Amino acid sequence: MAIGQSVKRKEDARFLTGRGVYTDDINRPGQLHAVIVRSPLPHARIAGIDAGETLAAEGVVAVFTGADMAADGVGSLPCGWLIHNKDGSEMVEPPHPPLVAERVRHVGDQVAVVIAETRAQAKRAAQLLDVDYEDLDAVVSCADATEDGAPLVWDEAPGNTCYDWELGDREATDAAFERAAQVVELDLVNNRLVPNAMEPRAAIGEYDPAGGNYTLTTTSQAPHVVRLLMGAFVLNLPEHKLRVVAPDVGGGFGSKIFHYAEEAIVTWAAGKLARPVKWTAERSESFVSDAHGRDHVSHAELAVDEQGQFLGLRVRTVANMGAYLSTFATSIPTYLYATLLAGCYRTPAIYCEVRSVFTNTVPVDAYRGAGRPEAAYLLERLVDKAARQLGIDRIELRRRNFIPKDAFPYATPVALEYDTGDYEATLDLALSQADWDGFESRREEAAARGKLRGIGASTYVEACGIAPSAVAGALGARAGLYESAVVRVHPTGSVSVLTGSHSHGQGHETTFAQIVADRLGVDIDAVEVVHGDTEIIPFGMGTYGSRSLAVGGSALFKALDKVVAKGKKIAAHMLEAAADDIEFADGQFKVAGTESSVALDEVAFAAYVPHDYPIEELEPGLEETAFYDPANFTFPAGCHICEVEIDPETGAVELVGVTVADDVGRVINPMIVEGQIHGGLAQGIGQALLENCVYDENGQLLTSSFMNYAMPRAADLPSFDVGHHVTPCTHNPLGVKGVGEVGSIGVPPAVINAVLDALAPLGVGDIEMPATPERVWRAIRDARAAG
Amino acid sequence: MQDFALHRPTSAAAAVETCRGCDEGRYLAGGQSLIPMMKLDLALPSDLVSLAGIAELSGIRREGETLTIGAAETHAAVAESAEVAGAIPALAGLAARIGDAQVRNRGTLGGSIAHADPAADYPAALLALGAAIVTDRREIEAESFFAGPYETALEAGELIRAARFPIPEAAAYAKFPQPASKFALVGVFLARTAEGVRVAVTGAATTVFRADAIEQALERSFEASALDGLEIPPDGLTDNLDASAEYRAHLIGAMTRRALTAI
Repeated sequence: MAIGQSVKRKEDARFLTGRGVYTDDINRPGQLHAVIVRSPLPHARIAGIDAGETLAAEGVVAVFTGADMAADGVGSLPCGWLIHNKDGSEMVEPPHPPLVAERVRHVGDQVAVVIAETRAQAKRAAQLLDVDYEDLDAVVSCADATEDGAPLVWDEAPGNTCYDWELGDREATDAAFERAAQVVELDLVNNRLVPNAMEPRAAIGEYDPAGGNYTLTTTSQAPHVVRLLMGAFVLNLPEHKLRVVAPDVGGGFGSKIFHYAEEAIVTWAAGKLARPVKWTAERSESFVSDAHGRDHVSHAELAVDEQGQFLGLRVRTVANMGAYLSTFATSIPTYLYATLLAGCYRTPAIYCEVRSVFTNTVPVDAYRGAGRPEAAYLLERLVDKAARQLGIDRIELRRRNFIPKDAFPYATPVALEYDTGDYEATLDLALSQADWDGFESRREEAAARGKLRGIGASTYVEACGIAPSAVAGALGARAGLYESAVVRVHPTGSVSVLTGSHSHGQGHETTFAQIVADRLGVDIDAVEVVHGDTEIIPFGMGTYGSRSLAVGGSALFKALDKVVAKGKKIAAHMLEAAADDIEFADGQFKVAGTESSVALDEVAFAAYVPHDYPIEELEPGLEETAFYDPANFTFPAGCHICEVEIDPETGAVELVGVTVADDVGRVINPMIVEGQIHGGLAQGIGQALLENCVYDENGQLLTSSFMNYAMPRAADLPSFDVGHHVTPCTHNPLGVKGVGEVGSIGVPPAVINAVLDALAPLGVGDIEMPATPERVWRAIRDARAAG
Repeated sequence: MQDFALHRPTSAAAAVETCRGCDEGRYLAGGQSLIPMMKLDLALPSDLVSLAGIAELSGIRREGETLTIGAAETHAAVAESAEVAGAIPALAGLAARIGDAQVRNRGTLGGSIAHADPAADYPAALLALGAAIVTDRREIEAESFFAGPYETALEAGELIRAARFPIPEAAAYAKFPQPASKFALVGVFLARTAEGVRVAVTGAATTVFRADAIEQALERSFEASALDGLEIPPDGLTDNLDASAEYRAHLIGAMTRRALTAI
C-alpha cells in the first residue's frame, strides 16, 4: 500500500455513491439565496438602477449594488502578481470591485445582487431590476485592442495595454538572427477556452453576530489564499474572524484558484443581513463569469544554421487579459510562458516580448497548463515548420537540438535552471510505442480507404511548483509559494494529515496517505488526509500548477521526518538505548544491530500517556508541522505522439492514436498518474480539435452553452497509450515533479502537427486550433485551388 | 423556470381536453427539448400535460406497406425495434444516433416532430419517406407539416398520436453532426420509393426541405456519379457560428453520396 502502487482511490467510495459534499449540497438554517444581476452588454455606463419592482417582488430581502458595497468600504479584488514594463514602470492595475457601480466592462460583469428567501424568488426578482445602460464601444480581440484609436476599456490604460514586458537578451538574439542560414517564421493564435469544471462555482456566506465571525464555504482550489485576499484586501476582516471552507470540489483546472467577486458578495451580504447567503452559478453564468484561458496571438521566428542548429528565437505575443486582472492573470503570459520558450532545446539566445491588453471580455487567467501550453504549442509548431523548411526530419531536428542528459543542471537563456531530464529517453519510448517507423504503411493503407493519415509529435518541457518564494517575489509575486503539512499521530497510532494542498479530483486523500503509509509503516486505511478548511489546516497555498505533490507532498515528507525523529527519541527512552542507535523501518523503532524494538503505535501511546517518558527533554504528543519552500521549479517533460485520419470530403479529423511518454519524476500512484494524464490529454485534445470560445465583434459571447461550445467526449478520443521514463527531481525529497498538466501542455501541438502532416501532401502549411472539419475542409479546398 | 401546473391524463382525449382548458398549455413528452427551454425561460407554459401515462400513444406496427409508430415511442425503442429494423432499417439507424443515450431513452418521435428543431433528425425521415402525421383530429402530410424553425402545421392543442411511414424500396440516412450539440449540421435522408427518389435535408436551413436538384439527378441515375458536377448553391442555407452556408452546401452533396453508398 505504499509508494509506487496503484492503490484504489480512498475518496472514490464517497464520490461514486453520491456521498460527496459539495458547496451546493450544503444548506444552512435561515439561508437566503443570491442571484447576481449581470451585464448583458460588453461595455456600458450605468446611468441608473431602479430596484423598486425588484424590492417589491415576493420573497425579496435585499438588493445591493456597487454603490452599497463602496459605501461600506469594500475594496477591490486584488491581482496577485505585479509585472513591470520594459522601462521598469509598473503595469496598469485598474480597480476590480465585486459589484461595479459606474461602468460594466464585459457581458456577465456583476451589477447587483438580489437576495431572497428562495432561489426562484431571487431569480424572478432579478429579472425585474431596471438597469439603465448607456452603450459604449467595445473591444474584443487582441487585434482590436491594439488598433490605433481603439475604444479604451480603462481610461488609465492607453492603447488598452496592461503591460509591455520582455524577457531575454534582445541584442544577443538579434545577433543570432544575423548569423542565421535560415529564419523560420510562424504566426499563431492560441485559442481562447472556457474551463467548464463539472461543478459550477458556488459560495455560501455566514455571519455569527455573537462572535463576529464570518464563514465562507466556496468552490476553491486555495481556501487560505481566498481568506487572505478577501480578508485583507476586500472586506477588511482579520484571519481569526474569517473561516474559509472548500469542501468537496468538482474540478477546477485553474478556474477555481482565483478569488471571485461572488465570494466577497455573499460574505459581505451575510454580515449585512445576519443570515446565511448562498449563491450557485448556473452553467450559463459559468460561461460569462469563470475566468477563461489562453487567448494569445503570437509571431515567432527561429534562426537556424545550415545543420539545423537553433541559434535564436524571437517571439512577440499579445495576450488578452479580459476586462479585469484576475488573481494570477498577469503571471500567466509572462513568467509561466516566456520562461518556457527554451523548451527541450539548447537555443542559446531567446528574446520574448509580451504585450497584454484589456478587452471587453471575461477575465483570462490560469487554465490547466497556464502559459506552458501556449509556449509548448508555439515552439513545437515552429520546430515542425523548421523541419519542413530545412528538409530535415522533424525527429532528427529535435534530437540535434535537445539539451543532452549529461548537461543538467542546465540554465536556459530565459531565467530557468532545469535540474534534470532525459528527452531522448521519452522520445525514444514514445516513438517505439507509437510505431513511428511503421507509419508510412499505415498512411498507404488509409489512402487506399480514401483517408489522409498523418502523424505528429511534440517534445515538451514544463515547469511545476513555482519556486522558490524569494525568486517569485523578486519577479513580482505577491504571495509565498511554499506548502504546509501537519502530521498528527494519534495515541493509538492512526494518523491525520492536515495539508495546505487542496484536492478537487487529484486523489490526494490516497496519494498523500500512501506517502504516510510508506514512511511510517502504517496501514493506508489508518491515515486520513484533511484539507480545505482554514480553521483546521495550517496556512497553505492550495493546489494549482501541478504543485501539490512536489510542494505539498514534500512538506508532508518533512513533517514525517520530524515525527520519526521525535519517535526515535521516545523509543530510545523506552528501549533504554541512545537515540542515535535507533533505526526506523516498517513501523518499528529498533535498536541497531539488536532485536530490541518498539512499534509506532506503542511510541505514540507513550507520547500521549507519558507515564514513563523523558519529560525533561521532550514534550508529550506526536504531532509535527512542516512548511516546505522548494529550491526550484520541477520540470516534467516528455514526448506526445498523435495519429489522425482526415476525411478529405468533409474535413473531419479522427484521432486514431495517442501515445505519450512522460517524465513526471517519481510516481507515487501509477493509476492516479495515468488518470491525470488521461484528463489532461482530453482537455488538450479538446483545445486542438473542438473547443473555441468565440465572441462576436460587438462583445457578445457566441459560444455561451454546450450547444455550441464543443467539449471533448469519450467517443471523440481513442484509448491512450501512456508510458513513463523517470528522472527523479533532484531537489525535493520525494523526487517527484508533477503530472496534472502535462497532458494539456504536450498534446495540442502533437495533434496539429499530425493534422498538418496529413495535409502536407496537398500543400497545406498551416491550420489554426481548433482544427474543426470546416477549417480543414477549407484548407484542403484552398490548397487544391492554389494547385 | 416559471411555475407551472402538471397534469397527468391517462387517455389522449383527456389530454386534449385538459390542454384546451389551460391558459398556455403544452404537452410534455420526453421533455428533452421543452424542459431545457423552460429552464432558460425560452418556453413559459402555464400548464404541462404529461403524455407519459397514455398507452394508446405507444406501439410500433407494420400493416402491409405501412409502418406506424406511436408518438410516445422513444428514440431508443425505435432504434431497437425489430419491426422498424425489418421495415425501414434506415429509420432505426437514424433513431440510434439521435443525441445521446439519455436523450434517446426519454425523447420521443412525437416530441421531436412537434418541436421541429431545424436540425432534428426525424423531420428528414418523415419528409423523405412521405410520412403522414396522425393527430387527434386529422392526418397531415409531412410535406405540409414542417412550416419553419420550431413551427409546424399543428393547431393549438392538437396532439400527435402517431406517424405513418410508407415503406420504401430502400432508404438511408447520413448525418454530419455538429461537434458540440451532436445535432445534424447536415443530415440527408434518401429514399427510393415506387413513386421515385426523395431526398430530404435537415440542419442546413431554417427548416427541413427536399433537395429537388438531387432528386432529379438521382431519378436519371441512382448512383453517386449522377451527382458529379452538381453544384449545390449555398443560397438560403444557414450561415452561422456552427458552419458557413458554403460548407453546409458542400456537406449536402457529401452526405448524399454517403447515403447512396449505404443504400
